[in-house]
Amino acid sequence: MHGEVSERIRRLLSIQGKRTVDDFHKALGKIMWGKCGMARNEAGLQQALQEIPVLREEFWRDVRVLGSNESLNQSLEKAGRVADFLEFGELLCRDALERRESCGGHFREEWQDAGEAQRDDENFCHAAVWEYKGEGQPEVRHQEELVFENVALAVRSYK
Amino acid sequence: MKVTLHIWRQSQPSTKSDFRRDGAMVRYELDGVSSDMSFLEMLDVLNEKLIKEGQEPVAFDHDCREGICGSCGVVINGRPHGPEGGTTACQLHMRSFKDGAEIWIEPWRASAFPVVRDLVVDRSAFDRIVQSGAFVSVNTGAPQDANAIPVPKADADRAFDAATCIGCGACVAACKNASAMLFVGAKVSHFAHLPQGRVERAERARNLVATMDAEGFGNCTNQYECEAACPKEIPVRVIAEMNREYLRAKVTEE
Ligand code: FES
Repeated sequence: MHGEVSERIRRLLSIQGKRTVDDFHKALGKIMWGKCGMARNEAGLQQALQEIPVLREEFWRDVRVLGSNESLNQSLEKAGRVADFLEFGELLCRDALERRESCGGHFREEWQDAGEAQRDDENFCHAAVWEYKGEGQPEVRHQEELVFENVALAVRSYK
Repeated sequence: MKVTLHIWRQSQPSTKSDFRRDGAMVRYELDGVSSDMSFLEMLDVLNEKLIKEGQEPVAFDHDCREGICGSCGVVINGRPHGPEGGTTACQLHMRSFKDGAEIWIEPWRASAFPVVRDLVVDRSAFDRIVQSGAFVSVNTGAPQDANAIPVPKADADRAFDAATCIGCGACVAACKNASAMLFVGAKVSHFAHLPQGRVERAERARNLVATMDAEGFGNCTNQYECEAACPKEIPVRVIAEMNREYLRAKVTEE
């Protein structure tokens, strides 16, 4: 583990590219906000899933992190975090794509009833987690059914 | 707007000798600053520019950027957190400065807060003060009814005034003696006004004052610079309350 971390830090510092860490952070933020925000749809999520790997690849080729790892280096800290976001953002999009229903604030535009979120308890009455399978490997989804014994699930109306 | 910045640059942690040898003020010209930017956003813009030019960005502390965490804190034109009263550096906006302004930015200066790099100082001395007694350790058991322990409104207000302290360290930076008494006073006062806090009041007053002294903070000589600099406007009466609590603890000591 220690070796992996040192190697990752060494890599970040040695790229010496042209774009700043904040630049990548903002570019990723724009994709996430626009395509995996409070309202999302399949076309947008598919597009985001095309764009994020391209951005991630560019990050690892063109990011500029100055300074060393011998003293406090806030750009390096930030670079490590944005590198994580570039993986996690992709997973968020995959997860949003997988959920073919609208639930609370997670609004899939395809599943609505005149602007109201349309839940699909038939297929999505569960909690899901993704298992990390190592760098570059697709994560695996696991689900745990939600069982209600005393209440009947019903559509909530805010009107 | 356009500003001229003079920023303290220091690449290595402070040494014990003369601080002036650890770093230097460096001048930067920054154009395209919006008056709607916060002060820290202005520094972000400067840092992006520096990185693009191949220079290391200015290190500065920040977290919430909404005046509640106490991480930000720099001396701006000689005043901790800058020219606006009751405002943290992160909530200060560039509209508080004139177009073409020259702005001097320095870290907190106190031997108990050594500079780590540029504008970042090590404030762990405050953590050690808190660890030595700024908490309630009595076992309060299961949650009780909200009004089971009556607290008079005036006491609750006084406790709350002190509890607004965010531990930023501006009081130390403002004081010519680098005294931490506004901070320590806030902790003592916060608990001394509440029934749950009174149980350990004597021990708390003794321990906090002892740790404060051991960490190398100075004493209060009633200049009240701390109150003027405090972004949460904690009143200096908490210092008087701390002295009273300390005296009380000392005369009742076994
Ligand atoms: S960044 Fe949290 S108080 Fe300023």
